[in-house]
Amino acid sequence: MAYALQQLINGLTLGMIYGLIAIGYTMVYGIIGMINFAHGDVFMIGAFVGIIVLTALSTVTSVPVALAAAFVISAFICAVYGFSIERVAYRPLRGSFRLAPLISAIGMSIVLENYVQVSQGALERAIPNLLPGGIVLLKQGDFVVQLTWMQLAIIIVTLVLLAAFTYLVTKTPLGRAMRAVEQDAKMAALLGVNTNRTISLTFVIGSALAAFAGVMFLLYYGVIDFYIGFNAGIKAFTAAVLGGIGSLPGAVLGGLLIGLIEAFWSGYATVAYKDAAVYSILAIVLMFMPSGLLGRHEIEKV
Amino acid sequence: MRNILFGTAALLALGTGLAHAQIKIGMAGPLTGSNAAFGVQMKTGFDLAISDINKAGGVLGKQLVPVPVDDACDPKQAVSAANTLVSDGVVMVDGHFCSASSIPASKVYEDAGILQISPASTNPAYTDDGSPYTFRTCGRDDQQGKVAAEYIAKHFPKAKIAVLDDNSTYGKGIADQVRLNLKKLGVKVAYNTSYTAGDKDYSALISRMKEQGITLVYMGGYYSDMGLIMREGVTQGFTPQYFSEDAAVTSALWQVAGSAAEGMLMTFPPPAEKDPAAAKVVAELTAAKEDPSGYVLYSYATVQVWAEAAKKAGTTNPTKVAKELKAGGPWNTVLGPVKFDSKGDVVNAAYAIYKWHDGNYAMYALKP
Repeated sequence: MAYALQQLINGLTLGMIYGLIAIGYTMVYGIIGMINFAHGDVFMIGAFVGIIVLTALSTVTSVPVALAAAFVISAFICAVYGFSIERVAYRPLRGSFRLAPLISAIGMSIVLENYVQVSQGALERAIPNLLPGGIVLLKQGDFVVQLTWMQLAIIIVTLVLLAAFTYLVTKTPLGRAMRAVEQDAKMAALLGVNTNRTISLTFVIGSALAAFAGVMFLLYYGVIDFYIGFNAGIKAFTAAVLGGIGSLPGAVLGGLLIGLIEAFWSGYATVAYKDAAVYSILAIVLMFMPSGLLGRHEIEKV
Repeated sequence: MRNILFGTAALLALGTGLAHAQIKIGMAGPLTGSNAAFGVQMKTGFDLAISDINKAGGVLGKQLVPVPVDDACDPKQAVSAANTLVSDGVVMVDGHFCSASSIPASKVYEDAGILQISPASTNPAYTDDGSPYTFRTCGRDDQQGKVAAEYIAKHFPKAKIAVLDDNSTYGKGIADQVRLNLKKLGVKVAYNTSYTAGDKDYSALISRMKEQGITLVYMGGYYSDMGLIMREGVTQGFTPQYFSEDAAVTSALWQVAGSAAEGMLMTFPPPAEKDPAAAKVVAELTAAKEDPSGYVLYSYATVQVWAEAAKKAGTTNPTKVAKELKAGGPWNTVLGPVKFDSKGDVVNAAYAIYKWHDGNYAMYALKP
C-alpha cells in the first residue's frame, strides 16, 4: 500500500512534466496540423536558460528570487525561440506539401541540439537540489512514503499553468481566435481573425510552457545535457498521441498515463522494459481508438 | 574545437608533400556526448605522449602527427570514425573508449590492417573475438568483476544486494561478471535489473530498491546514469553502499551526483600516477594544470608501447609491430612494465578498490 502510493507520487510527477510538454505538441498540431519536432528542443533550451540564470544569480540574490527570474527569463527566451522557429522554418512552407514542414521541423530540432552542444558543451550540467526535504505521508514498517517539496511544487505549478491555459483557450478573445483558426483557417481569416498572428502566438505560448517544463525538469532532476529534449520530446509526443492529438485535456491525460505506466511497470514488473510497456499500451490504445483517448475523428494528417 | 581545426590544418599541410617524414597516429574516443569526460582524458594523454615522443626525436626518425576523431561512444559513429582514420592513413589507433565502440571498430581496423590499442575497453569480447591487431593497455571485466565480487563477499557479508546494469555492452558485461562471481562465492543477489542509459527518471527504481530493503547496490554502466541514480536515492532517503567500476572514476561523477556519491566504492587499476615510472609525465601534466588520473596515463602508455615496439621492429608496418608487441616486451611505460599475451591483453592486470570521499576519489584498498 505504502509502496504503491510512493510509485503513484513518482508517476504523477513525471507525468505532469510530460503533460506540460505534450501541450505544445498538441496545440501546434491542432492549429496547423503539423508535428513540431523541434518542441522537445525548445524544452531543452528552457532548461539551459534556467541553469545559466540560476548559476549567475544564485550568488547575488536569494533562492526564491533567482528561481522566479529563471522561470521568467527562460519563458521569455523560449517564447522568442518559438516565434522565430515558426517564422523561419514553418511559415514559408505553409501551403506547401504536407511533409515539407515535418522535415523542416526535424532539421530545426537537429540545429537546436547541435547549437546547444557547441555553445554550452557536451558535458552534463548539474545544480544542487534547491528545495531539499519533503513531507512524510505514511510510514509502513521501514518504508517511508515521502512527497518531496520539489514534487509538490511541480504538481502545483503544472496545475496552475493548466488552469491558466484552459482559461486562455476557452474564455479569452485570443483563445477564440485560436479555436477558430483550428477549425477552419481560411474562414477565420475571412471573418477578420489575423491567422498569422494567432499561429505565432500559439508557438509563443507553447514554447513558454515548454520553458516552464524545462526549468522544472532541471530543478527536479538537477542534471541536464543537450540531449534531454530528444527523450522527453518523444515521450511527450507519445503522450499527445495517446491522449488524442489536438486535444488539450488529452495531452495532460496522456502525459499522466505515461508517467504512471512507467512508474508502476518499473515498480511491479521490470525496470528494463518500462519503455516497451509504454509503447505497447500506446499501440493497443491506437488499435481500438485510432484518434487517441480524447481525440476527435478527423482528416488524417502526418 | 580549435584542436580539431588545428589538426585538420596540419593534415592539409601534410597532403602537400611532407608526408614522408611523418607518421599519422589516430585516436578515437567520446569527445562529445555523455562520456566526453573520458574522451578528454584520453586525448590529454594521447597529445602529451606524441609531443614527448616527437621532442625525443620521433619514431624511426619521423615525427608523429596526431589525428583525433570523435565517436561519441556510439557504435555507428565509431565505425565511421574508424573509417575516417583508415582513409587518413594512420598506422595505429589509440581507442576506442566504450567497449560497444571498440568492438565494431576493430573489424574496420582488421580489414585495413591497422593496429588498435584501447586504453579503456574492458569487455572480454574485445580481445577474445579480436583480430591480430587488437590490444588493450587496461584490464578485462572478468578480472575486474571478480575483484568487485570478492570485495563485496568479504566486507559486506550481511548486505542485501542489488546488481544493476545499463544494458550496454560494457555495463551489462561487467555486471554479469559480478553476478557470476558472487554466485560462485555463494553470495545471493536480491535484485537484478537493467535500466535504460540516458534516462533521467530513476524514482521508480529507487522506490523499488527501498521497498526491498537493499543495502548494497552494484552498478555497471557509465557515470552520468549512476550519478542520477544516487541523487534520486538521497532525495528519497535511500542511502545504501554503492559499488561500481572503472567508468565511475572521473570527477564528472561528483559533478552529477554531488555528496550523494560519498563513500561510493569502485574498482580501478592501482593508481598509475603514483607509480615512479609515471613521475616525469605526472609532473608535466600537473605543470600544464591537467589532472593525471583516470585514463590519461593509459592513453599515454598506449602510444608509448606502440612507439617502443615500432622502434624495436624497425618499421611502422602494423603486422610486424603487432607481432613485436606480443613477442617482445615487457615494454617500459608510464604504467610500469607492460607485457602482452597472445590475445593482446595485458599480463597480470591488477584491480584495486577506490573510494569517493568529499569530492575526490583515492585508492582505498589494494586487494579485496
